[in-house]
Amino acid sequence: MTTLEIRDLHVSVADDDATEILRGVDLTISSGETHAIMGPNGSGKSTLAYAIAGHPKYTVTSGQVLLDGEDVLEMGVDERAQAGLFLAMQYPVEVPGVTVSNFLRTAKTAVDGEAPKLRHWVKDMKGAMEALRMDPAFAERNVNEGFSGGEKKRHEILQMELLQPKIAILDETDSGLDVDALKVVSEGVNRVKDATGLGVMLITHYTRILRYIQPDYVHVFINGRVAESGGRDLADRLEEEGYDRFLTAGV
Amino acid sequence: MSLLIDENTHVDPAAQLGGDHRIPDQSRAARTRSFDVDAFGLPTGREEEWRFTPVDRLGHVLSDTATDDDGDDHAAEFTVEAPEQFVAGTLAPGQAPRGTVLVPEDRGAAVASANTPEALHLRIPADVEHPDPVRVRVHGRGAGRRSNAHYVLEAERHSKALVILDHTGSADHTGNLEVVVGDGAQLTVVSLQRWEDDALHLGQHEALVGRDATYKHIVVTLGGGIVRVNSNVRYAGPGGDATLLGVYFADAGQHLEHRSFVDHNAPRCTSLVTYKGALQGESARTVWVGDVLIRKEAEGIETYELNRNLVLTDGARADSVPNLEIETGEIAGAGHASSTGRFDDEQLFYLMSRGITEDEARRLVVRGFFADVVAKIGVPEVVDTVMAAIDEELALTAEVAPA
Repeated sequence: MTTLEIRDLHVSVADDDATEILRGVDLTISSGETHAIMGPNGSGKSTLAYAIAGHPKYTVTSGQVLLDGEDVLEMGVDERAQAGLFLAMQYPVEVPGVTVSNFLRTAKTAVDGEAPKLRHWVKDMKGAMEALRMDPAFAERNVNEGFSGGEKKRHEILQMELLQPKIAILDETDSGLDVDALKVVSEGVNRVKDATGLGVMLITHYTRILRYIQPDYVHVFINGRVAESGGRDLADRLEEEGYDRFLTAGV
Repeated sequence: MSLLIDENTHVDPAAQLGGDHRIPDQSRAARTRSFDVDAFGLPTGREEEWRFTPVDRLGHVLSDTATDDDGDDHAAEFTVEAPEQFVAGTLAPGQAPRGTVLVPEDRGAAVASANTPEALHLRIPADVEHPDPVRVRVHGRGAGRRSNAHYVLEAERHSKALVILDHTGSADHTGNLEVVVGDGAQLTVVSLQRWEDDALHLGQHEALVGRDATYKHIVVTLGGGIVRVNSNVRYAGPGGDATLLGVYFADAGQHLEHRSFVDHNAPRCTSLVTYKGALQGESARTVWVGDVLIRKEAEGIETYELNRNLVLTDGARADSVPNLEIETGEIAGAGHASSTGRFDDEQLFYLMSRGITEDEARRLVVRGFFADVVAKIGVPEVVDTVMAAIDEELALTAEVAPA
């Protein structure tokens, strides 16, 4: 049982302390739970994801992020992943000349602290790729280079399946996907949840993905903090009403 | 025909600076070529072909002086590892085939030629396929000591061989390599620059590629204070294929300059030029100038040249200048691409967010940057040398401020 606790988190852009993007975020995610974070563009959802992962562009000015009581903010970017955090990025980065298979094996070795047994690894990778309906030739392509939007997102979920994190943050993994790809990616998330008891922070602009991934909690994110929390019904209400109610009252 | 000029990635630093931009006022073919040292003045740095080179730091290397041998104490030691029948003796200036392919194009090549009374002559006999590398080791025995060399390498028709020229130690060295690739021969030449930091090295490597012959020239420059290697190719008949590859890694204080000239003077030949370099440290400097001339008679040829530079830290500078002159439209294709970029911190973050340590992530990115040119090298021991060198260089990166 793992718990990620975010306490009164305040975050600014690194070279601009004056502009506070996150203004006191409180959120607790435990193993097996799925928390949907919904909000309009510019509300700070992605900043929350990047700040937890440790992107150097953002500075935490106050507050805490704890993973089973350990201070995540004291950890380097790589150490956070080794501790069991995973961020599926909205815009995965191209790494020319580095094949998917080399990248995945290097990451797996880093997260586990030892190289995976070759035979198991090849089998695991093949299986995970098949489940995500990825062509085996994909493994020999360079990381994210020339990938379509859908391929990039599948590749993010593939990494999650293989690295087996404790808590995953999915930053708009649904954006830019057609319905078929959305289903494949959602099945992947559900499969990992069922297999490992993953805790999920599902950041999304739309309710569409919630048809395929059932949230236990829904949080409405407005102006850098959680404006309202509820269950699945809150998402349904957002579907009908949009964010206007929060935008007029929330500032 | 298709004419693909990759405008998007073409960054000509001289053009961006505005005032300094000099369009060569003559065709590349019209450049002075002579065995006479006096045909070339001492460069001032204002000449088109010297404008990137720190001529004030060239020391003795351009002086018209004999090799600084003192009895048995040679300025440079030369070791040849080749089957006996490949060593054809030595050639005096003007003794063919010496001088039939290489005519000096700058003062460095002219002094090397004038001061090498006996050029090493290697000849791979016709139809012989030699599996092991033929090696010429050059070891400089003292910084500042003048050393001149000229090698003539003949790969006779339908022969197949790999020749590795390996430079270590330190000297003020000029070295010319004259290559005759016979019809249908397949020759790979590797020039490794693994000098000490105080070495100076100027060289002209000139090849004549025979009908349906394949010539691969690979330059790997890691060491040396100033290294400037000009690698030129022209063709003796149709169907020739030339691949010029370069890998370089410049640290603080190093000036590594590579120039190539592919003279498409025959029909239906191909050329591919790919140079990639990384730089790190204060005043690390690299230059790549890639000239391609497609003459009127070069119908049906295909050529592409590419240079990419990866700047790892502040204070380093890469210049990259592709020049393409086209005198016929009846070609299969011609293109070039050139770019210089900084190390991308987003790549570092992406890899580290998967648990990969910073050192390992940097290694992945830089190895990845070189991956395509390394894959083209096709000589395992050279690939190993390059990869080991990249890892060694990156161990240094940790000590200098990142870009």
